[in-house]
Parts: sequence; structure tokens; C-alpha cells
Amino acid sequence: MTELSGLFFYLVSVLIAGGIYALLCLALNIQWGMGGLFNAGIVGFFAIGAYTSAILTTPETAKHLGGFELPIFAGLIGAAIIAGVTGWAVARICVRLKSDYLAMASIGIAEILRLVIVNESWLTNGSLGISGIPRPFGEYTAGRPADLVFLAYVWLIVLIVYLVATRLYNSPWGRSLRAIRDNEASAAAAGKNVERFRTQTFVIGCAFMGVAGALSAHYFRFLSPSATDPLLVTFLVWVMLMAGGSGNNRGAIVGALGIWALWSVTEIFTNRLPPEWATRSSFIRMLLVGLLLQYVLQKFRAGILPEKSPPLHFEDEAERPAPEK
Amino acid sequence: MIRLEGICVDFGGLRAIDHVSFDVGAGAITGLIGPNGAGKTTAFNVIAGAVRPTAGRVLFDGEDITGLKPYQRAQRGLARTFQIPHEFYRLTVLENLMAAASAPEGENVFNVVFRRRSFGAEERAIYDHARETIRFLELDHVRDEKAGNLSGGQKKLVELGRALMRDPKIILLDEIGAGINRTLLSKLADKISALNEEKGLTFCLIEHDLDYVSRLCSHVLVMAQGELLTEGTVDAVRNDERVIEAYFGGGKYEAHL
Ligand SMILES: Nc1ncnc2c1ncn2[C@@H]1O[C@H](COP(=O)(O)OP(=O)(O)OP(=O)(O)O)[C@@H](O)[C@H]1O
Ligand SMILES: [Mg+2]
Repeated sequence: MTELSGLFFYLVSVLIAGGIYALLCLALNIQWGMGGLFNAGIVGFFAIGAYTSAILTTPETAKHLGGFELPIFAGLIGAAIIAGVTGWAVARICVRLKSDYLAMASIGIAEILRLVIVNESWLTNGSLGISGIPRPFGEYTAGRPADLVFLAYVWLIVLIVYLVATRLYNSPWGRSLRAIRDNEASAAAAGKNVERFRTQTFVIGCAFMGVAGALSAHYFRFLSPSATDPLLVTFLVWVMLMAGGSGNNRGAIVGALGIWALWSVTEIFTNRLPPEWATRSSFIRMLLVGLLLQYVLQKFRAGILPEKSPPLHFEDEAERPAPEK
Repeated sequence: MIRLEGICVDFGGLRAIDHVSFDVGAGAITGLIGPNGAGKTTAFNVIAGAVRPTAGRVLFDGEDITGLKPYQRAQRGLARTFQIPHEFYRLTVLENLMAAASAPEGENVFNVVFRRRSFGAEERAIYDHARETIRFLELDHVRDEKAGNLSGGQKKLVELGRALMRDPKIILLDEIGAGINRTLLSKLADKISALNEEKGLTFCLIEHDLDYVSRLCSHVLVMAQGELLTEGTVDAVRNDERVIEAYFGGGKYEAHL
């Protein structure tokens, strides 16, 4: 019985982290899948969101800025705003760059943010981190039931972000954005303000990445610079989107859950390795994930759920004679 | 409608356009001809804003637009097609055309998330316009195909369709005929004349087929080696010695043929 409930709560923890990854993946899908913006600094915006929400919701302490004790939902909103504003500032500088340069610039910015987090202890308590970060409805629940509450909370937010992403995708705005992604010159020749679209896209994506960061801080109740590992955030999220299907919101969620499940399973596997191999386990897992991505992309070139043009709702009336022009 | 004044364009050491000035008259169909590498496409890029001239000014309806970006010029009613098709390759043909239309309500990101009703009528009108254009271009059977999978000629038609979706004042057509079958090409010529006569839509077209040019254009500009060689009616230009020289060799331009 305990074995079974242990397994159940293991599954819950996988689904919570999977939900947070789904958010990141949806955000990246907005930026890359729809907008063609190569954000290789996802972890930077994730970290901004995490620290913003942590600082806004924790009680007063001498160790770092804080004492606002705001409700958690306010922390999430704050995370979205600060990450979005940072994204806006980055976009102001980088949005004109070609995609490979944007990738380099965003890696650099994420690295700068990491150094700020490690070194500005008055703000973040440096490498000692922030503790006592509250959970939503933490006053009413504790222990394992609290995980279930948090699971629902995370997936509620995934649902909201998914709905927003779908509306963005299935709209003239999304269509023009995908047009810009496919050919910037002819989109401009069709009167599209490329920079405006890209800035909006980047800001929206970064805000959602910030929300994901905030949720992860609340989940672990503790936040230190080690939570902002580019390998575990940026790299894995890219793998998820590529495998799931860039340009497809459902694909983003499927990719996030699928890859995270595999990642978790490989942990069980690498834990059984002899001790001299155990230290190398993270590399082995990376290798396995890399091989898997290769396999998926060989089989499904555009990911498991490829990009699909949104339906046009006029088809039923389509055959009526067009108005004279 | 369009006036170039003393335009020069340098690409590194290469002078692609050398002090070119000309007018594209409002309500006319103007041809732009010349041998390969004459600078015709570059001239279009200067008009559309894709290439910034080293010197000179571009006027649109009397207004200096030299400093405007391509999208701003497009919003003022200037449409163009590309010589090498620039389709939105992961969008369907229908989406390619619809994406080209201007959609101020539907491209507002706030409306898209919070006020879905605000752009319904606009979208409907764009859809009808796109369907009509697709029917005219005989692309109905590939309407839901991704544009990247089309043939070269079909992509050209998508280019034209997108330009028509803009409801522009002037369309620059860069070798729209290359790769399109004769029957459709002839229909296109009819449509271009019709649009010109009925709606007063101005055209400027680059084309290598002089018969096609003579069928459509009253006025022709001839470029060679980055210079404006001459202009006039097709017949006058055809018999101009410098033009013959430029096309068939001899004299100043021989070395470049
Ligand atoms: N982006 C560019 N960079 C460098 N050189 C260029 C560029 N675009 C055009 N050129 C050069 O400018 C000259 C004119 O090119 P352009 O494309 O305008 O010729 P064209 O008259 O359109 O020829 P065609 O009939 O073959 O299309 C050519 O020598 C070309 O190599
Ligand atoms: Mg050309």
C-alpha cells in the first residue's frame, strides 16, 4: 500500500514539474514556433520570475530584499510583469538581430542575470538562496495533500496559458506572426511592422516563462541559483518543443510531459548504476535524451504533433458567391 | 506616382544603380526592361524600401518616402512581388493571401486574447477577398496546400495574389510572367489591363518578354549596367540603337554580355 501511494506521489511530482515545463514549452512555442525568435536564454526569464515571486511573497528577513508578503497570485503576476519588462528591454536591443545572433545575445543575457543573482546578495541572498517561500493555500494543507493542491494549481495555470496561446495562434495576429517567421521581407512588403510583432511575441513569451519560474519557486519553497541551471531549463525545454512539435501548442504540452517523464525514468535507471558511474549520471541522461530527440526527429520531422494551420470558421458558407469587387 | 531622383546604389564596390531618375506615371502600366544584371530588381527594391539608396530620393505621390521602411510604404498603398518567390512556406495558400491583407483589428494582440468578436467582420471580409483572388488565380485546388510545396509558377501566382490582397495604389511586378503557362499569362495580362482601366490601379512591371511588355505597356523604361538608357513607347525603344546594343552587344556594353 505504501509502495503504491509512494508511486502515486512520485507521479504527482512528475506531473507538477511536467506542468511547469509545459508552461515553459508553451512560452517557447509562442516565441520560436510562431515567431521564429531563437531564445536561448529561457533560464534567465525563468529565474527572474522565480526570484520576483519569491521576494514578493516571503516574510520579512534581513538576508535579502523582501517582507512584502503578498498573496501568491500577486507574486505570479509580478513575476510575469518583471520577466515581461525584461523581455521588452532585451527585445528593444535584440529583436532586429538575425535569429542566430539573437540566440547568442539571449545566452549572454541569461548568463548576466545568473551572475547578478549570485552576486547581489542584498536582493537574492546570493548562493545561500531564499527559503520559506509559501505554497498556494499553504495555510490549509500540508504534507502530501498539499502536493495535490499544487498540482491542480499548476495545471490550472497551464490551462489558462494554453487558452491564451491558442487564441494567439488562431488569429490574424498569429497568422501575420507566422508569416513574418516564414519570410520577413515579404511580410514587410505586406505592411507588417515586423519589429512590433516580434517585440510583442518576445514579451508575451518571457512573461509566461516568468510565471513558470515563479511556480517552481513556490513548489520547492526554496530558491537558490542552482535552480537556474541552463541545462535543466533552456536545453530541456528546447528538446521538448522540438520533439513535441514546434508551432503546435498541444505538441508543446505533449513534448514537455513526454520528455519530462523520460527524464524522470532515466533517473531511476541511472540511480541503479554502480557508484563510479553515478557521478556521471547527468551526462548519461543528457546523452539518452539527445539520442531520443534524434530518433524522434528522424521519424517525425516536424515533431510528434506538427504545426497545423488553424481552421477558418467560414468554410460552411464558403461556396456562396463572393461579393462583387 | 513614383519618382526616382538621382538614385545611386552601391553594393560594396559594385555600383548597381548609377544616377537613375525616372517617373512611373499614375494610372499607367509602365514596363521596366533591360538585360540581366541591369539593376531592375534593385530599382524595385529602392522603390519598395528594401534597399536604401546611397544617394537620391524616392517620391510617392509627391511625398519624399526615402526614409520610410518597407512596411510603411506598403501601408501607404505600395505593393510588390518578388522575382524569387518569397512565399510564407509553412502557411497555406489561403493563409498566405489572408496574411497579406491589412487587419488592424485582428492584428491587435489585446483584441486577439480578450475581444475575439472585435475582428470577426474584418476577418470575414479578408476571407471573401482571398477566396475571390484565389479563384481568379486558378489556385483553388491548392488552396489548403502549404505554400512551400507549390511549384515555382504557382508560387509566383501566390506572390501576385498577396499584392492584390493589399488593395494597393501601385503594384510592382518583378518578372511575374517567368514560369507561368501561356494561357494563364495571357489571362493575367487581361486582368492587369482590367484592374488598370477599371480601378485605375497603377502597375510597373519588369519582364524580359518584349511581346508581353508591348501588349501591356504604353511606356517603357530601359535600364542597362545600372543606368537608365532610354524610355518611350515599346516600338520606339525597340528600334533605339543603344537598346539593341545593350541587348545584342557591340559598343559600350559589349563586354558585359
Ligand atoms: N544584395 C546584393 N548584394 C550585392 N550585389 C547585388 C545585390 N543585389 C543585386 N546586386 C548586384 O546588382 C546588379 C543588379 O542586380 P539586379 O538584381 O538589380 O539585376 P536585374 O536587372 O534585376 O537582373 P535580372 O534580369 O537578371 O533579374 C547585379 O550585378 C547584382 O549582382
Ligand atoms: Mg531582377
